[in-house]
Amino acid sequence: MSKIVFNDVYKTFEGGLNVLNGVNLRIEDGESHIILGQSGCGKSVLIKCLLGIFEITSGDIIVDGLSVKNEDKRKEYVKKFSILFQGNALFDSMTILENVEFGAMQVNKDKTACRKIARQKLSAVGLAERVFNLYPAEISGGMQKRAALARAISLEPEVLLFDEPTSGLDPLTGGVICNLLRDTVRSMNITAITITHDLKVAEFLADRVSVLNKGLLAWTGHAVDMKDCGNEFVEHFYEASNIIMRK
Amino acid sequence: MNVLATLGKYSLATLREIGSVSIFAIRGLISCFTPPFYFKEIWRNIVVVGFYSLPIVALTAMFAGMIIALQCYVGFTRFNAEGAIATVVLICITRELAPVFAGLMVTGRVGSSIAAEIGSMRVSDQIDALTTLGVDPMKFLVAPRIIASVLMMPFLVFIADIIGVMGGFLISTTVLEFSVGSYLAQTVQNLEMIDVISGLVKAAFFGFCMACFGCYHGFYSDLGAKGVGNATTSAVVASCIGVLALDYLLTAVFFGK
Repeated sequence: MSKIVFNDVYKTFEGGLNVLNGVNLRIEDGESHIILGQSGCGKSVLIKCLLGIFEITSGDIIVDGLSVKNEDKRKEYVKKFSILFQGNALFDSMTILENVEFGAMQVNKDKTACRKIARQKLSAVGLAERVFNLYPAEISGGMQKRAALARAISLEPEVLLFDEPTSGLDPLTGGVICNLLRDTVRSMNITAITITHDLKVAEFLADRVSVLNKGLLAWTGHAVDMKDCGNEFVEHFYEASNIIMRK
Repeated sequence: MNVLATLGKYSLATLREIGSVSIFAIRGLISCFTPPFYFKEIWRNIVVVGFYSLPIVALTAMFAGMIIALQCYVGFTRFNAEGAIATVVLICITRELAPVFAGLMVTGRVGSSIAAEIGSMRVSDQIDALTTLGVDPMKFLVAPRIIASVLMMPFLVFIADIIGVMGGFLISTTVLEFSVGSYLAQTVQNLEMIDVISGLVKAAFFGFCMACFGCYHGFYSDLGAKGVGNATTSAVVASCIGVLALDYLLTAVFFGK
C-alpha cells in the first residue's frame, strides 16, 4: 500500500484561480520523491494541501489510510509530517535552541528531555554550540536552514517535506545542505518529498521524480529517464535546466 | 444604477469584514479559556503591553490632566466656578480621558506592532510552521495577546488616573495658585468608585478591541512588505474607531439615562 495517495486533487482559490487541476500521485513508504516544476505551477500549493494548510476543493489525499478531510483525526494526520520551509520559518522571538525545543515539545512534554533532544538535533545538523542561544536573525542563511532542519526532525515525523531547500543559498552551502538532507532522510529511513525547480537537487536527492505543469502531473518516473521520457514539456524542462547548468 | 451597484458592493464587503472580525474575536476569546495555555507568551506580551507602554501612557495622562485644569480655569472663571476644577479634572480623567487616551496610545504603540509582527509571521510562513508543529495559532499567537491586553489596559489606566489627577493638581497648585489642602480635600471628597471602575472596565474592553483588530489584520495580512504595511495601518485605524465606538457604548451603559 502506498504511503501517500493524491486522488484527483483540485484546488481553486477564491476569485476562481485554479491551481491544481486533478493531481493523481502515489508516493511509496521510504521513498525520496521530488516534485519538479516551473515557478507558479502549483508545487507549494500541492504541499500545503497535503499538510492541510489549504483545504482542497475536490478529490482526496490519503496518508496511511487517513484522509486530509477527516477533521476528527486531524491531529493524528498532522503529526505524520514535518516541513522545512523555503524561508526556514524559524520563530523570530525564540533562540535557535528554543525553536528546536519548541518543536520537540510537541511530541514530548518533558522539558528537560526536550532540551536534550534539541541539543542533539542541532549537533546532528552540524551547528556549533555557540549559535544555540542566538536568534535566527543573528545567523547566516545556511545556519538557519540547518536549524530549521533540526526543528523538523525533532518532531520525529514519518514524512519529511522540503520546500525549495537550496533557494537563496550559494552553490557551496546548497551542496552541503543537499548532502545533509540526503543523509538525514537515509539515517531516519523515512519518506521524503522535496519541492524544487532545480534539476541538480532533484537528481541528487530523488528516488522518483514527478513533474508538475499548470496544476497537472505531467510525468512521474526516475530522474535518469527524464531526458527521453516522451513528454514534450518534461524534455523541454530538462533541456532548459541543462542549458542553464552548462552556461 | 452603477452608483447603487458600487454602494451595494462596498456595503457587502463591509458586512463581510465585520462578520469575519466578529468570528475571529469569538474564536480568540474561546482560545483564552481553553488549554493549552502558553504562559511564557502571555508574560512576554504582558511586558510589551503593560511595562513598555507605561511611560507613554503616563506622559499622555499627565498632559491631559494639566490641560484640563488650565482649560477649566479659563472657562470656569467666567461663572465664578473655579472651585469645581478639582472635581472636573477628577471626573474627566477617570471617566474619559485616561481610558480613551491610553486606549489610543496603546493602539498606536502595541496594536500596530501586533499587526506587523503577526503579519511578518504570515509572510515568512511562521504561522504555517505553527500549524505543521500541531500548535493552534489562535492559542499561541492570539490568546496571549488578548489576555495580556485585557489584563494590562486597566492597570495602565489606573496608573494614568493617578498621574492625570496629579497633573491637574500640579498646575492648579503651582500656576493657578490653588491651596494644596483644599484641592486635595475636594478631590478625595468627590472621588466616586463608579468613576474609576467605569474607566477600568472601558480599558479592558479597549484592550480586547485593540488586540483583536491587531491580530486579525496581521493574521490575514497580504503577502509582501506592502501587505504587512497595509495590515498595520488597517489595524490601527480599525482599533481607534473601535475604541471610540466602544467608549460611547460603555458610557451609555454606565451613565446613560
